[in-house]
Amino acid sequence: MGSIKDKTAIIGVGCTKFGELWEKDAEDLIVEAAFEAMEDAGVTPEDIEATWVGNLYDFTGLSGSVAAEPLKLFGKPTTRVENFCASGMDAFRNACFAVASGVYDVVLACGVEKLMDVGGSGLPVDMGHPVMRGASAPAMFALTATRCFHEFGWTREDLAHVAVKNHKNGALHPKAHFRRPITLDTALNAPMIAWPLGRFDSCAMSDGAAALVITRPEIAKQGRHKHDYALTKASALTMHAFLPMYRASFDWLGFPATQAAATRAYAEAGIKNPVEEIDLAEVHDCFTITEILNIQDLQFCKRGEGAKFVRDGHADVGGEVAVNASGGLKCFGHPIGATGCRMLCEVTKQLQGRAEGAQVKNARLGLAHNLGGPGSVCAITILGLPE
Amino acid sequence: MAKIASFGAYVPLFRLSREEMGTAWGVPAVPGERAVANADEDSLTMAVAAGADCLAGIDPSRIDGLFFATTTAPYDEKQCAGVIAAALDMRTDINTADFTGSLRAATTALRAAADAVDSGSARNILVVAADCRLAEPESMGEQLLGDGAGAVLVSKQGSATLRAFHSIAGEQLGVWRRSDDRYIRSFEAKAETRYGYVQSAVQAGKAVLEQEGGAPGDLAKAVITAGDPLSQGGVGTSLGLSGGQLQDSLFMSVGNPGVPLVLMMLAGALGEAKAGDKLLVINNGDGADAFVVELAESFAPAIGRKGLAGHLLRRRSLPNYTAYARFRKLMKRDEVDPRGSAVTYWRDTNIVLNFHGGRCRKCGAVQYPIPRLCGECATKDQIEEVKLAKIGNVYTFTLDHLEAGQYVNVPVPRLVLDLEGGGRVFLSMTDGDPQEVKIGMPAEVVFRRLHEASSFHNYYWKCRPVPEAAS
Repeated sequence: MGSIKDKTAIIGVGCTKFGELWEKDAEDLIVEAAFEAMEDAGVTPEDIEATWVGNLYDFTGLSGSVAAEPLKLFGKPTTRVENFCASGMDAFRNACFAVASGVYDVVLACGVEKLMDVGGSGLPVDMGHPVMRGASAPAMFALTATRCFHEFGWTREDLAHVAVKNHKNGALHPKAHFRRPITLDTALNAPMIAWPLGRFDSCAMSDGAAALVITRPEIAKQGRHKHDYALTKASALTMHAFLPMYRASFDWLGFPATQAAATRAYAEAGIKNPVEEIDLAEVHDCFTITEILNIQDLQFCKRGEGAKFVRDGHADVGGEVAVNASGGLKCFGHPIGATGCRMLCEVTKQLQGRAEGAQVKNARLGLAHNLGGPGSVCAITILGLPE
Repeated sequence: MAKIASFGAYVPLFRLSREEMGTAWGVPAVPGERAVANADEDSLTMAVAAGADCLAGIDPSRIDGLFFATTTAPYDEKQCAGVIAAALDMRTDINTADFTGSLRAATTALRAAADAVDSGSARNILVVAADCRLAEPESMGEQLLGDGAGAVLVSKQGSATLRAFHSIAGEQLGVWRRSDDRYIRSFEAKAETRYGYVQSAVQAGKAVLEQEGGAPGDLAKAVITAGDPLSQGGVGTSLGLSGGQLQDSLFMSVGNPGVPLVLMMLAGALGEAKAGDKLLVINNGDGADAFVVELAESFAPAIGRKGLAGHLLRRRSLPNYTAYARFRKLMKRDEVDPRGSAVTYWRDTNIVLNFHGGRCRKCGAVQYPIPRLCGECATKDQIEEVKLAKIGNVYTFTLDHLEAGQYVNVPVPRLVLDLEGGGRVFLSMTDGDPQEVKIGMPAEVVFRRLHEASSFHNYYWKCRPVPEAAS
């Protein structure tokens, strides 16, 4: 198997404000994000040779037009990518392969979601079968929390620490959905969504878009970010069971998709000791329990010790690995198709030392992680600075 | 002569005190309580429950037919017996039929089953009866009715002989419901009782007793269905029976469930009967049916069956009339149903209705639903279809406040259940208190109506806590 390591570079990033953006539609969001990214890269729409767009819900059926129509990318290829909550990062991944192959020099990867226009509480749930159904997203992830409480003795307070940390970080970020720190009590006393997960254990329903301009390092060296483009160190994507609830071998104490993707990504990037080598990680905290399990599955600590890792401050900005310095999905927001691209924008800016929120000092290696499905897909991207 | 090889009953978990109903409307209440089917139950699901109780320990593939008797079939056009047979995992080369229209339908079906067995066209036929009737809100009828189901397995073999069938076609208006009526109607109850119910019941009962010979006192029990205890007593007296011979009419504990009453009372009588007993059964509705059940010296209650007594022991009080009104949808509310597909539902009959899973011939893993490639070892097309147990233990769970995209105040427990003998399923819990769910808790798999997507009844399985052994 080959490797993407050092073969592609992010030279421009753009991200809208995330939140309940009632007055904007998907066209507004994708135009804002894409033009910010192109401006950052110093390119124009004419320079973009191909586009990949991550999108899950509201425009199903619109295909490549999700990005091609608002950006008027006519006469060129645009591909819509759908892979649960990893849709945006999978769009980036496919864009990287196209650039690395040499077929294209400059491409756009972006993601957009307009959840406010869908309506209802929580994400629409339709597993494609009339009676053999899944449940709401909080319910699916709550199944892990219940089992972990049973096995590891964790409590709702352990979960609340994740929410408090991510709100503290997100409060500093001008583009985050929520801008207020919270207390443990606020998190613990919030209404229940799917026991044991309450409102502050769950990420919000948000609108937003994010975009990245990607090229090869030799081209990046001649551009605006010639010294601080973000090099792709690894890109891994793994699928696992679509319906883990029906699998007798699924222990609900972690996600095999993340475990496999992490192993693959670390091997590709040449990382031996993740917690030592990685400076920051944007991980998929769709729910507080998910962040704790991600920390374990990404090998930042041993199985069973994820809650303590967060409690002890190791995941804080300034801790061993800054986990979700942006505020994460919990506080920054989670417009599904946009999230993966948003994380890559955040990691890029952190490496460049121009984080809009809490800056991780001397960040050299950053990781972005999406988990979708519940645990049906995991995407991991590792970015670093050029030597 | 045809025999009863097994019997079963089902009473929904919930009971509403009649006092609570009276208070809700500010009207007088009669004593006792009535059984109330849960919101996800109807005559079809209750028939499955009674049928499963009757077939406890019996291989359903040995049954040659299923007759369903009800006045409240969930479909006006479409047979329900076929759905019930599939949910009971019976064969498809069997005779199925719905018997509807009359409160006497259960014994019409029973007699037809006995005739089929006697004629040799079937070795055995499962007769299930269930009803979920509605009386006008605020009316006394609302207090008197109750929901439930009963079942008997009519067979060539068995230790309870069915004989001396007599039927009376006693036409009188009685209780009726026109095609568009939601609630049952009746005219003048006194005239109906005296000339309709009592006259037909006594006529049929006398005919049986004459044929049998012997004194009425020789009967161990008389199963006489009645809308109220008074008229039951009246028929008994006319036939020379003592009060002690009359089988409990379920008036105080269940209410009058309609069609299934006769089979529920019969299940009650057989549950208490002993070898050598002789029972008289009289059922009414648009006339009457009567027959005798005689228990051989070899008669012994089947093992594993809950029967009527087991179901009566298991009860939970509804807090108020509003809960009943919600269950029966007495108040019109807008409901959103998910997307449905009759094609998917049909193609997955073995998964959805038969509740079959698969076992990998290579690695042995039992799994649900049935995949083409084994979920554990990915071997292609080596999955054999297997029956899954309908009982298991909770591996993990959540109490979900989101239902079909809406926030609900009372959460729906969603349980990951490890089934006995293998296989793991993910089912919503019903009939239980969400706060009582624990990891490791035993739960049984029950047939319920999930939703109405694409304007048909989407039946599927849920689970409910296994009651603690009755003390």
